[in-house]
Amino acid sequence: MSQRKSEKQGFVPNWAWTLISLALAVVLWLVASGRWPAVFASPLEVWEAFLDRTASGVLWEHVWASLSRVLTGFGIAFVVSIPVAFLMAWYDAFRHVVEPWIQFIRNIPPLAYVFLIIAALGIGQVSKITVIFIASFLVMVITVYQGVRGVDVTLIKAARVLGATQKDIFFKVTIPASTPFILTAARLGLSTSLTTLMASEIVGGDKGVGMMIQQASGYYQMDVVLLGIILLGIIGICFEKIVLFLERRFTGWQETIQR
Amino acid sequence: MAGDNSTVKVHINHVVKKFQTRKGEMVALNGVDLDIHENEFVCVVGPSGCGKSTLLNIIGGLEKPTEGSVTVDGREVTGPGSDRGIVFQQYALFPWLTVEKNVEFGLKLQGKPKEEAAEIAQRYIKMVELEEFAKAYPKELSGGMKQRVAIARAYAVNPKVLLMDEPFGALDAQTRTQLQQELLVTWEKEQKTCFFITHDVEEAIILGQRVIIMCARPGRVKDVVDIDIPYPRDQKTKMSPRFLELKNYIWNQVYQEYLSVRK
Repeated sequence: MSQRKSEKQGFVPNWAWTLISLALAVVLWLVASGRWPAVFASPLEVWEAFLDRTASGVLWEHVWASLSRVLTGFGIAFVVSIPVAFLMAWYDAFRHVVEPWIQFIRNIPPLAYVFLIIAALGIGQVSKITVIFIASFLVMVITVYQGVRGVDVTLIKAARVLGATQKDIFFKVTIPASTPFILTAARLGLSTSLTTLMASEIVGGDKGVGMMIQQASGYYQMDVVLLGIILLGIIGICFEKIVLFLERRFTGWQETIQR
Repeated sequence: MAGDNSTVKVHINHVVKKFQTRKGEMVALNGVDLDIHENEFVCVVGPSGCGKSTLLNIIGGLEKPTEGSVTVDGREVTGPGSDRGIVFQQYALFPWLTVEKNVEFGLKLQGKPKEEAAEIAQRYIKMVELEEFAKAYPKELSGGMKQRVAIARAYAVNPKVLLMDEPFGALDAQTRTQLQQELLVTWEKEQKTCFFITHDVEEAIILGQRVIIMCARPGRVKDVVDIDIPYPRDQKTKMSPRFLELKNYIWNQVYQEYLSVRK
Protein backbone atom coordinates (compact mmCIF):
# COMPACT_ATOMS: atom_id res chain seq x y z
CA MET A 1 0.00 0.00 0.00
CA SER A 2 2.62 2.52 1.08
CA GLN A 3 4.80 1.35 -1.77
CA ARG A 4 2.16 2.09 -4.35
CA LYS A 5 1.54 5.47 -2.78
CA SER A 6 5.17 6.53 -3.01
CA GLU A 7 5.38 5.37 -6.62
CA LYS A 8 2.41 7.50 -7.52
CA GLN A 9 3.78 10.57 -5.77
CA GLY A 10 7.23 10.21 -7.29
CA PHE A 11 9.02 9.64 -3.97
CA VAL A 12 8.10 13.00 -2.48
CA PRO A 13 7.71 12.50 1.28
CA ASN A 14 4.69 13.92 3.06
CA TRP A 15 6.59 16.62 4.97
CA ALA A 16 7.93 17.93 1.65
CA TRP A 17 4.39 18.21 0.31
CA THR A 18 3.45 20.19 3.40
CA LEU A 19 6.36 22.57 2.74
CA ILE A 20 5.42 22.92 -0.93
CA SER A 21 1.82 23.63 -0.01
CA LEU A 22 2.92 26.23 2.54
CA ALA A 23 5.35 27.89 0.14
CA LEU A 24 2.69 28.10 -2.56
CA ALA A 25 0.27 29.69 -0.08
CA VAL A 26 2.86 32.36 0.76
CA VAL A 27 3.43 33.03 -2.95
CA LEU A 28 -0.32 33.48 -3.53
CA TRP A 29 -0.44 35.72 -0.47
CA LEU A 30 2.42 37.85 -1.88
CA VAL A 31 0.62 38.14 -5.20
CA ALA A 32 -2.62 39.12 -3.49
CA SER A 33 -0.92 41.71 -1.30
CA GLY A 34 0.81 43.19 -4.35
CA ARG A 35 -2.47 43.44 -6.21
CA TRP A 36 -4.80 44.57 -3.38
CA PRO A 37 -2.49 46.19 -0.81
CA ALA A 38 -5.44 47.85 0.95
CA VAL A 39 -7.00 44.47 1.79
CA PHE A 40 -4.13 42.04 2.13
CA ALA A 41 -1.21 43.12 4.26
CA SER A 42 2.01 41.51 3.05
CA PRO A 43 3.53 38.57 4.95
CA LEU A 44 6.31 40.88 6.13
CA GLU A 45 3.87 43.43 7.54
CA VAL A 46 1.96 40.70 9.35
CA TRP A 47 5.22 39.32 10.70
CA GLU A 48 6.17 42.78 11.97
CA ALA A 49 2.76 43.22 13.56
CA PHE A 50 3.29 39.85 15.22
CA LEU A 51 6.74 40.81 16.57
CA ASP A 52 5.48 44.20 17.71
CA ARG A 53 2.55 42.78 19.64
CA THR A 54 4.48 39.88 21.10
CA ALA A 55 7.16 42.23 22.37
CA SER A 56 4.60 44.26 24.27
CA GLY A 57 2.89 41.05 25.42
CA VAL A 58 -0.48 42.30 24.17
CA LEU A 59 -0.84 39.48 21.71
CA TRP A 60 -0.53 36.75 24.32
CA GLU A 61 -3.11 38.49 26.48
CA HIS A 62 -5.54 38.36 23.56
CA VAL A 63 -4.73 34.75 22.76
CA TRP A 64 -4.99 33.70 26.37
CA ALA A 65 -8.32 35.49 26.85
CA SER A 66 -9.76 33.69 23.82
CA LEU A 67 -8.25 30.32 24.62
CA SER A 68 -9.46 30.34 28.20
CA ARG A 69 -12.99 31.22 27.01
CA VAL A 70 -13.01 28.49 24.38
CA LEU A 71 -11.60 25.87 26.72
CA THR A 72 -13.90 26.77 29.61
CA GLY A 73 -17.02 26.79 27.45
CA PHE A 74 -15.98 23.60 25.71
CA GLY A 75 -14.88 21.90 28.94
CA ILE A 76 -18.18 22.52 30.71
CA ALA A 77 -20.09 21.46 27.59
CA PHE A 78 -18.07 18.24 27.33
CA VAL A 79 -18.66 17.30 30.97
CA VAL A 80 -22.40 18.07 30.76
CA SER A 81 -23.06 16.54 27.33
CA ILE A 82 -21.93 13.02 28.28
CA PRO A 83 -24.43 12.40 31.10
CA VAL A 84 -27.21 14.13 29.16
CA ALA A 85 -26.48 11.92 26.14
CA PHE A 86 -26.60 8.82 28.34
CA LEU A 87 -29.90 9.92 29.87
CA MET A 88 -31.29 10.41 26.37
CA ALA A 89 -30.17 6.94 25.35
CA TRP A 90 -31.60 5.28 28.45
CA TYR A 91 -34.87 7.13 29.06
CA ASP A 92 -37.18 7.45 26.09
CA ALA A 93 -39.39 10.02 27.81
CA PHE A 94 -36.38 12.26 28.46
CA ARG A 95 -35.21 11.91 24.88
CA HIS A 96 -38.65 12.58 23.37
CA VAL A 97 -38.87 15.86 25.29
CA VAL A 98 -35.28 17.06 24.97
CA GLU A 99 -34.24 15.99 21.50
CA PRO A 100 -36.54 18.39 19.56
CA TRP A 101 -35.17 21.30 21.62
CA ILE A 102 -31.62 20.31 20.80
CA GLN A 103 -32.33 19.84 17.10
CA PHE A 104 -34.13 23.20 16.98
CA ILE A 105 -31.49 25.29 18.71
CA ARG A 106 -28.63 23.47 16.99
CA ASN A 107 -29.59 24.93 13.62
CA ILE A 108 -29.72 28.53 14.83
CA PRO A 109 -26.48 30.47 14.21
CA PRO A 110 -25.06 31.46 17.63
CA LEU A 111 -24.76 35.06 16.47
CA ALA A 112 -28.56 35.19 16.49
CA TYR A 113 -28.99 34.41 20.18
CA VAL A 114 -25.90 36.21 21.44
CA PHE A 115 -27.93 39.35 22.12
CA LEU A 116 -30.49 37.42 24.14
CA ILE A 117 -27.69 36.09 26.30
CA ILE A 118 -26.15 39.54 26.74
CA ALA A 119 -29.53 40.83 27.85
CA ALA A 120 -29.70 38.03 30.40
CA LEU A 121 -26.10 37.83 31.61
CA GLY A 122 -24.49 41.15 30.72
CA ILE A 123 -21.43 41.69 28.57
CA GLY A 124 -18.94 40.02 30.87
CA GLN A 125 -17.01 36.79 30.67
CA VAL A 126 -20.03 34.70 31.70
CA SER A 127 -22.11 35.51 28.65
CA LYS A 128 -19.19 34.83 26.30
CA ILE A 129 -18.55 31.42 27.84
CA THR A 130 -22.28 30.67 27.80
CA VAL A 131 -22.53 31.21 24.05
CA ILE A 132 -19.60 28.86 23.44
CA PHE A 133 -21.04 26.37 25.89
CA ILE A 134 -24.44 26.24 24.20
CA ALA A 135 -23.10 25.79 20.69
CA SER A 136 -20.55 23.10 21.50
CA PHE A 137 -22.85 21.32 23.96
CA LEU A 138 -25.52 20.86 21.29
CA VAL A 139 -23.07 19.38 18.80
CA MET A 140 -21.51 17.05 21.34
CA VAL A 141 -24.68 15.78 22.98
CA ILE A 142 -26.04 14.59 19.62
CA THR A 143 -22.80 12.84 18.68
CA VAL A 144 -22.35 11.08 22.02
CA TYR A 145 -26.02 10.10 22.08
CA GLN A 146 -25.70 8.43 18.68
CA GLY A 147 -22.64 6.58 19.93
CA VAL A 148 -24.35 5.27 23.05
CA ARG A 149 -27.39 4.21 21.02
CA GLY A 150 -25.14 2.41 18.58
CA VAL A 151 -23.43 0.19 21.17
CA ASP A 152 -23.69 -3.37 19.85
CA VAL A 153 -26.42 -5.18 21.81
CA THR A 154 -24.58 -8.49 21.39
CA LEU A 155 -21.64 -7.08 23.37
CA ILE A 156 -24.00 -6.21 26.22
CA LYS A 157 -25.54 -9.68 26.03
CA ALA A 158 -22.08 -11.28 26.03
CA ALA A 159 -21.09 -9.25 29.09
CA ARG A 160 -24.30 -10.20 30.93
CA VAL A 161 -23.72 -13.88 30.19
CA LEU A 162 -20.18 -13.56 31.60
CA GLY A 163 -21.66 -12.21 34.81
CA ALA A 164 -21.66 -8.42 34.36
CA THR A 165 -23.97 -6.32 36.55
CA GLN A 166 -25.60 -3.10 35.28
CA LYS A 167 -22.67 -1.17 36.73
CA ASP A 168 -20.12 -3.44 35.01
CA ILE A 169 -21.94 -3.03 31.71
CA PHE A 170 -21.81 0.75 32.04
CA PHE A 171 -18.12 1.00 32.90
CA LYS A 172 -16.73 -1.98 31.01
CA VAL A 173 -18.89 -2.03 27.88
CA THR A 174 -20.88 1.15 27.25
CA ILE A 175 -18.09 3.61 28.09
CA PRO A 176 -15.30 1.93 26.09
CA ALA A 177 -17.66 1.21 23.20
CA SER A 178 -18.70 4.88 23.08
CA THR A 179 -15.16 6.26 23.38
CA PRO A 180 -14.74 6.77 19.62
CA PHE A 181 -17.93 8.83 19.55
CA ILE A 182 -16.93 10.79 22.65
CA LEU A 183 -13.64 11.72 20.97
CA THR A 184 -15.36 12.62 17.70
CA ALA A 185 -17.74 14.74 19.77
CA ALA A 186 -14.74 16.46 21.37
CA ARG A 187 -13.28 17.28 17.98
CA LEU A 188 -16.55 18.67 16.63
CA GLY A 189 -17.16 20.50 19.92
CA LEU A 190 -13.75 22.16 19.87
CA SER A 191 -14.10 23.35 16.32
CA THR A 192 -17.60 24.66 17.07
CA SER A 193 -16.24 26.45 20.15
CA LEU A 194 -13.68 28.21 18.02
CA THR A 195 -16.24 29.24 15.39
CA THR A 196 -18.54 30.52 18.12
CA LEU A 197 -15.72 32.51 19.69
CA MET A 198 -16.14 35.35 17.19
CA ALA A 199 -19.86 35.53 17.89
CA SER A 200 -19.20 35.61 21.62
CA GLU A 201 -16.54 38.33 21.37
CA ILE A 202 -18.65 40.56 19.17
CA VAL A 203 -20.42 41.76 22.29
CA GLY A 204 -17.49 43.82 23.47
CA GLY A 205 -14.86 43.66 26.16
CA ASP A 206 -11.20 44.49 25.77
CA LYS A 207 -9.33 41.22 25.36
CA GLY A 208 -9.54 38.33 22.94
CA VAL A 209 -8.40 37.50 19.41
CA GLY A 210 -11.90 38.28 18.10
CA MET A 211 -11.78 41.66 19.84
CA MET A 212 -8.33 42.31 18.47
CA ILE A 213 -9.57 41.70 14.92
CA GLN A 214 -12.62 43.92 15.42
CA GLN A 215 -10.68 46.81 16.94
CA ALA A 216 -7.97 46.61 14.26
CA SER A 217 -10.53 46.59 11.45
CA GLY A 218 -12.01 49.74 12.97
CA TYR A 219 -8.66 51.47 12.50
CA TYR A 220 -8.07 49.75 9.18
CA GLN A 221 -4.98 47.91 10.49
CA MET A 222 -5.24 45.06 8.02
CA ASP A 223 -1.95 43.52 9.15
CA VAL A 224 -3.40 42.93 12.61
CA VAL A 225 -6.68 41.65 11.14
CA LEU A 226 -4.79 39.08 9.09
CA LEU A 227 -2.59 38.18 12.06
CA GLY A 228 -5.71 37.42 14.13
CA ILE A 229 -7.23 35.30 11.39
CA ILE A 230 -4.04 33.27 10.95
CA LEU A 231 -3.72 32.81 14.72
CA LEU A 232 -7.26 31.41 14.92
CA GLY A 233 -6.40 29.02 12.10
CA ILE A 234 -3.28 27.84 13.90
CA ILE A 235 -5.19 27.33 17.16
CA GLY A 236 -7.81 25.32 15.25
CA ILE A 237 -5.21 23.05 13.70
CA CYS A 238 -3.54 22.50 17.08
CA PHE A 239 -6.86 21.48 18.65
CA GLU A 240 -7.53 19.04 15.85
CA LYS A 241 -4.07 17.49 16.07
CA ILE A 242 -4.42 17.00 19.82
CA VAL A 243 -7.76 15.22 19.48
CA LEU A 244 -6.51 13.13 16.55
CA PHE A 245 -3.59 12.04 18.71
CA LEU A 246 -5.99 11.05 21.49
CA GLU A 247 -8.15 9.17 19.00
CA ARG A 248 -5.20 7.16 17.77
CA ARG A 249 -4.11 6.51 21.31
CA PHE A 250 -7.48 5.42 22.70
CA THR A 251 -9.46 4.05 19.77
CA GLY A 252 -6.78 2.29 17.73
CA TRP A 253 -8.69 -0.95 18.33
CA GLN A 254 -11.44 0.11 15.94
CA GLU A 255 -11.86 -1.95 12.78
CA THR A 256 -12.38 1.05 10.52
CA ILE A 257 -9.69 3.46 11.65
CA GLN A 258 -6.86 1.54 10.01
CA ARG A 259 -6.24 2.14 6.36
CA MET B 1 -19.05 -42.36 25.85
CA ALA B 2 -20.14 -38.89 26.67
CA GLY B 3 -23.76 -38.12 27.14
CA ASP B 4 -25.17 -41.53 28.01
CA ASN B 5 -25.43 -40.28 31.55
CA SER B 6 -29.17 -39.96 32.01
CA THR B 7 -29.15 -37.15 34.60
CA VAL B 8 -31.29 -34.31 33.28
CA LYS B 9 -29.19 -31.15 33.13
CA VAL B 10 -31.53 -28.71 31.43
CA HIS B 11 -35.26 -29.20 31.78
CA ILE B 12 -37.39 -27.14 29.41
CA ASN B 13 -40.94 -27.24 30.66
CA HIS B 14 -43.69 -26.10 28.30
CA VAL B 15 -42.00 -22.85 27.36
CA VAL B 16 -44.19 -20.31 25.57
CA LYS B 17 -42.82 -16.99 24.33
CA LYS B 18 -45.01 -14.25 22.91
CA PHE B 19 -43.84 -10.90 21.58
CA GLN B 20 -45.92 -7.78 21.13
CA THR B 21 -45.41 -6.37 17.67
CA ARG B 22 -47.15 -3.60 15.78
CA LYS B 23 -49.17 -6.22 13.92
CA GLY B 24 -50.29 -7.71 17.20
CA GLU B 25 -49.17 -10.67 19.26
CA MET B 26 -46.53 -12.96 17.75
CA VAL B 27 -46.03 -16.42 19.20
CA ALA B 28 -42.34 -17.27 18.89
CA LEU B 29 -42.46 -20.48 20.92
CA ASN B 30 -45.61 -22.44 21.49
CA GLY B 31 -45.05 -24.94 24.27
CA VAL B 32 -41.58 -26.41 23.97
CA ASP B 33 -40.79 -29.43 26.15
CA LEU B 34 -37.28 -30.81 26.09
CA ASP B 35 -34.81 -32.48 28.42
CA ILE B 36 -31.09 -32.14 27.81
CA HIS B 37 -28.94 -34.62 29.69
CA GLU B 38 -25.67 -34.04 31.46
CA ASN B 39 -22.74 -33.77 28.99
CA GLU B 40 -25.05 -34.34 26.07
CA PHE B 41 -24.44 -32.64 22.72
CA VAL B 42 -27.77 -31.49 21.30
CA CYS B 43 -28.12 -29.73 17.97
CA VAL B 44 -31.14 -27.71 16.92
CA VAL B 45 -32.11 -27.15 13.29
CA GLY B 46 -35.09 -25.39 11.82
CA PRO B 47 -36.05 -22.61 9.42
CA SER B 48 -35.43 -19.03 10.47
CA GLY B 49 -38.27 -17.77 12.59
CA CYS B 50 -38.78 -21.09 14.37
CA GLY B 51 -37.70 -19.51 17.64
CA LYS B 52 -34.48 -21.48 18.11
CA SER B 53 -32.48 -18.39 19.10
CA THR B 54 -35.29 -17.31 21.41
CA LEU B 55 -35.15 -20.70 23.10
CA LEU B 56 -31.38 -20.38 23.50
CA ASN B 57 -31.76 -16.90 24.99
CA ILE B 58 -34.35 -18.20 27.43
CA ILE B 59 -32.04 -21.02 28.58
CA GLY B 60 -29.24 -18.45 28.85
CA GLY B 61 -31.45 -16.20 30.96
CA LEU B 62 -31.30 -13.27 28.54
CA GLU B 63 -35.04 -13.49 27.90
CA LYS B 64 -37.92 -14.60 30.10
CA PRO B 65 -40.53 -17.11 28.92
CA THR B 66 -44.13 -15.88 28.81
CA GLU B 67 -45.26 -19.22 30.21
CA GLY B 68 -43.45 -22.32 31.40
CA SER B 69 -39.96 -22.53 32.83
CA VAL B 70 -36.42 -23.72 32.32
CA THR B 71 -34.45 -25.38 35.09
CA VAL B 72 -30.74 -26.13 35.14
CA ASP B 73 -29.73 -28.71 37.77
CA GLY B 74 -33.23 -28.37 39.17
CA ARG B 75 -32.92 -24.62 39.77
CA GLU B 76 -35.18 -22.32 37.80
CA VAL B 77 -33.43 -19.93 35.41
CA THR B 78 -34.17 -16.31 36.33
CA GLY B 79 -31.24 -14.60 34.60
CA PRO B 80 -27.78 -15.22 33.20
CA GLY B 81 -25.52 -17.32 35.41
CA SER B 82 -22.00 -18.65 35.44
CA ASP B 83 -23.33 -22.21 34.95
CA ARG B 84 -24.28 -21.30 31.36
CA GLY B 85 -22.02 -19.80 28.67
CA ILE B 86 -23.07 -18.48 25.27
CA VAL B 87 -21.14 -18.31 22.00
CA PHE B 88 -22.76 -15.93 19.50
CA GLN B 89 -22.64 -16.03 15.73
CA GLN B 90 -21.28 -12.47 15.61
CA TYR B 91 -18.38 -13.46 17.94
CA ALA B 92 -19.23 -10.56 20.30
CA LEU B 93 -15.61 -9.96 21.27
CA PHE B 94 -14.89 -6.66 22.98
CA PRO B 95 -12.93 -4.88 20.24
CA TRP B 96 -11.08 -2.61 22.70
CA LEU B 97 -9.59 -5.57 24.58
CA THR B 98 -6.79 -7.86 23.47
CA VAL B 99 -7.39 -11.58 23.05
CA GLU B 100 -6.17 -12.37 26.56
CA LYS B 101 -8.16 -9.53 28.14
CA ASN B 102 -11.27 -10.78 26.34
CA VAL B 103 -10.77 -14.26 27.74
CA GLU B 104 -10.08 -12.84 31.23
CA PHE B 105 -13.23 -10.66 31.14
CA GLY B 106 -15.56 -13.16 32.81
CA LEU B 107 -12.90 -14.40 35.22
CA LYS B 108 -12.30 -10.90 36.54
CA LEU B 109 -16.04 -10.36 36.98
CA GLN B 110 -16.05 -13.51 39.09
CA GLY B 111 -13.48 -11.80 41.31
CA LYS B 112 -10.58 -14.07 40.44
CA PRO B 113 -7.18 -12.60 41.41
CA LYS B 114 -5.18 -11.15 38.53
CA GLU B 115 -2.55 -13.89 38.29
CA GLU B 116 -5.10 -16.66 38.47
CA ALA B 117 -7.28 -15.05 35.79
CA ALA B 118 -4.24 -14.64 33.54
CA GLU B 119 -3.20 -18.24 34.10
CA ILE B 120 -6.65 -19.64 33.29
CA ALA B 121 -6.91 -17.39 30.24
CA GLN B 122 -3.53 -18.62 28.98
CA ARG B 123 -4.68 -22.20 29.32
CA TYR B 124 -7.79 -21.66 27.17
CA ILE B 125 -5.96 -19.50 24.63
CA LYS B 126 -3.60 -22.44 24.28
CA MET B 127 -6.55 -24.80 23.91
CA VAL B 128 -7.73 -22.86 20.84
CA GLU B 129 -4.13 -22.55 19.61
CA LEU B 130 -3.91 -18.77 19.64
CA GLU B 131 -0.91 -18.28 21.98
CA GLU B 132 0.84 -16.13 19.38
CA PHE B 133 -2.14 -13.80 19.23
CA ALA B 134 -2.67 -13.33 22.97
CA LYS B 135 -1.74 -9.64 22.75
CA ALA B 136 -3.56 -8.99 19.45
CA TYR B 137 -6.77 -7.00 19.13
CA PRO B 138 -9.84 -8.63 17.53
CA LYS B 139 -9.49 -6.48 14.39
CA GLU B 140 -6.22 -8.27 13.64
CA LEU B 141 -7.87 -11.71 13.63
CA SER B 142 -9.74 -13.65 10.96
CA GLY B 143 -13.34 -14.73 11.52
CA GLY B 144 -12.33 -18.25 12.53
CA MET B 145 -9.77 -16.94 15.00
CA LYS B 146 -12.32 -14.55 16.50
CA GLN B 147 -14.73 -17.40 17.06
CA ARG B 148 -11.95 -19.45 18.68
CA VAL B 149 -11.38 -16.58 21.10
CA ALA B 150 -15.11 -16.42 21.82
CA ILE B 151 -15.10 -20.16 22.55
CA ALA B 152 -12.06 -19.80 24.82
CA ARG B 153 -13.79 -16.93 26.62
CA ALA B 154 -16.92 -19.02 27.16
CA TYR B 155 -14.89 -22.01 28.39
CA ALA B 156 -12.69 -19.93 30.71
CA VAL B 157 -15.49 -19.26 33.21
CA ASN B 158 -16.12 -23.02 33.23
CA PRO B 159 -19.87 -23.18 32.57
CA LYS B 160 -21.50 -26.60 32.74
CA VAL B 161 -23.82 -25.77 29.87
CA LEU B 162 -22.52 -24.26 26.64
CA LEU B 163 -25.12 -22.56 24.45
CA MET B 164 -24.04 -21.88 20.88
CA ASP B 165 -26.11 -19.79 18.48
CA GLU B 166 -24.98 -20.64 14.94
CA PRO B 167 -21.37 -20.09 16.00
CA PHE B 168 -19.84 -21.17 12.69
CA GLY B 169 -22.55 -19.69 10.47
CA ALA B 170 -20.45 -16.76 9.29
CA LEU B 171 -17.33 -18.80 8.48
CA ASP B 172 -16.15 -20.31 5.22
CA ALA B 173 -16.58 -24.06 4.68
CA GLN B 174 -12.96 -25.06 5.45
CA THR B 175 -12.74 -23.02 8.63
CA ARG B 176 -16.14 -24.33 9.70
CA THR B 177 -15.05 -27.96 9.28
CA GLN B 178 -11.84 -27.25 11.19
CA LEU B 179 -13.69 -25.61 14.09
CA GLN B 180 -16.24 -28.45 14.21
CA GLN B 181 -13.41 -30.94 14.69
CA GLU B 182 -11.80 -28.76 17.36
CA LEU B 183 -15.10 -28.37 19.15
CA LEU B 184 -15.62 -32.16 19.24
CA VAL B 185 -12.10 -32.71 20.59
CA THR B 186 -12.67 -30.09 23.28
CA TRP B 187 -16.04 -31.55 24.16
CA GLU B 188 -14.47 -35.02 24.62
CA LYS B 189 -11.75 -33.52 26.82
CA GLU B 190 -13.76 -31.12 28.93
CA GLN B 191 -17.19 -32.55 29.36
CA LYS B 192 -19.97 -30.02 28.93
CA THR B 193 -23.61 -30.05 28.06
CA CYS B 194 -23.86 -28.46 24.62
CA PHE B 195 -26.90 -26.84 23.02
CA PHE B 196 -25.88 -25.99 19.49
CA ILE B 197 -28.06 -24.10 16.99
CA THR B 198 -27.28 -24.40 13.30
CA HIS B 199 -28.99 -24.19 9.93
CA ASP B 200 -26.50 -26.69 8.49
CA VAL B 201 -27.90 -30.23 8.68
CA GLU B 202 -24.48 -31.86 8.10
CA GLU B 203 -23.02 -29.85 10.94
CA ALA B 204 -25.86 -30.90 13.24
CA ILE B 205 -25.29 -34.61 12.47
CA ILE B 206 -21.50 -34.53 12.69
CA LEU B 207 -21.62 -32.82 16.11
CA GLY B 208 -24.75 -33.91 17.90
CA GLN B 209 -25.94 -36.95 19.76
CA ARG B 210 -29.46 -35.78 19.13
CA VAL B 211 -30.84 -33.39 16.55
CA ILE B 212 -33.93 -31.40 17.44
CA ILE B 213 -35.96 -30.30 14.43
CA MET B 214 -38.06 -27.23 15.12
CA CYS B 215 -40.88 -25.85 13.06
CA ALA B 216 -42.04 -22.31 12.66
CA ARG B 217 -45.18 -20.23 13.16
CA PRO B 218 -45.44 -20.91 15.94
CA GLY B 219 -42.09 -22.39 16.98
CA ARG B 220 -42.21 -25.84 18.51
CA VAL B 221 -40.35 -29.15 18.46
CA LYS B 222 -41.31 -31.16 15.39
CA ASP B 223 -39.07 -34.16 15.74
CA VAL B 224 -36.10 -35.42 17.75
CA VAL B 225 -33.61 -37.64 15.91
CA ASP B 226 -31.01 -39.78 17.72
CA ILE B 227 -27.70 -39.75 15.88
CA ASP B 228 -26.43 -43.29 16.40
CA ILE B 229 -23.05 -42.73 14.74
CA PRO B 230 -20.20 -43.37 17.20
CA TYR B 231 -17.55 -40.74 17.99
CA PRO B 232 -14.92 -39.80 17.00
CA ARG B 233 -16.52 -38.48 13.84
CA ASP B 234 -14.62 -36.81 11.03
CA GLN B 235 -14.89 -35.99 7.34
CA LYS B 236 -15.12 -39.67 6.40
CA THR B 237 -18.21 -39.96 8.57
CA LYS B 238 -19.97 -37.72 6.08
CA MET B 239 -19.61 -40.44 3.45
CA SER B 240 -21.05 -43.29 5.53
CA PRO B 241 -24.47 -44.69 4.51
CA ARG B 242 -25.96 -44.03 7.93
CA PHE B 243 -24.89 -40.40 7.81
CA LEU B 244 -26.46 -39.92 4.39
CA GLU B 245 -29.62 -41.63 5.50
CA LEU B 246 -29.95 -39.35 8.53
CA LYS B 247 -29.03 -36.31 6.48
CA ASN B 248 -31.68 -37.14 3.91
CA TYR B 249 -34.33 -37.64 6.58
CA ILE B 250 -33.55 -34.49 8.56
CA TRP B 251 -33.03 -32.36 5.48
CA ASN B 252 -36.46 -33.32 4.14
CA GLN B 253 -38.11 -32.47 7.45
CA VAL B 254 -36.41 -29.07 7.56
CA TYR B 255 -37.15 -28.38 3.92
CA GLN B 256 -40.85 -29.09 4.39
CA GLU B 257 -40.85 -26.56 7.21
CA TYR B 258 -38.99 -24.08 5.05
CA LEU B 259 -41.62 -24.44 2.31
CA SER B 260 -44.51 -24.09 4.74
CA VAL B 261 -42.99 -20.89 6.14
CA ARG B 262 -42.55 -19.43 2.67
CA LYS B 263 -46.23 -19.88 1.84
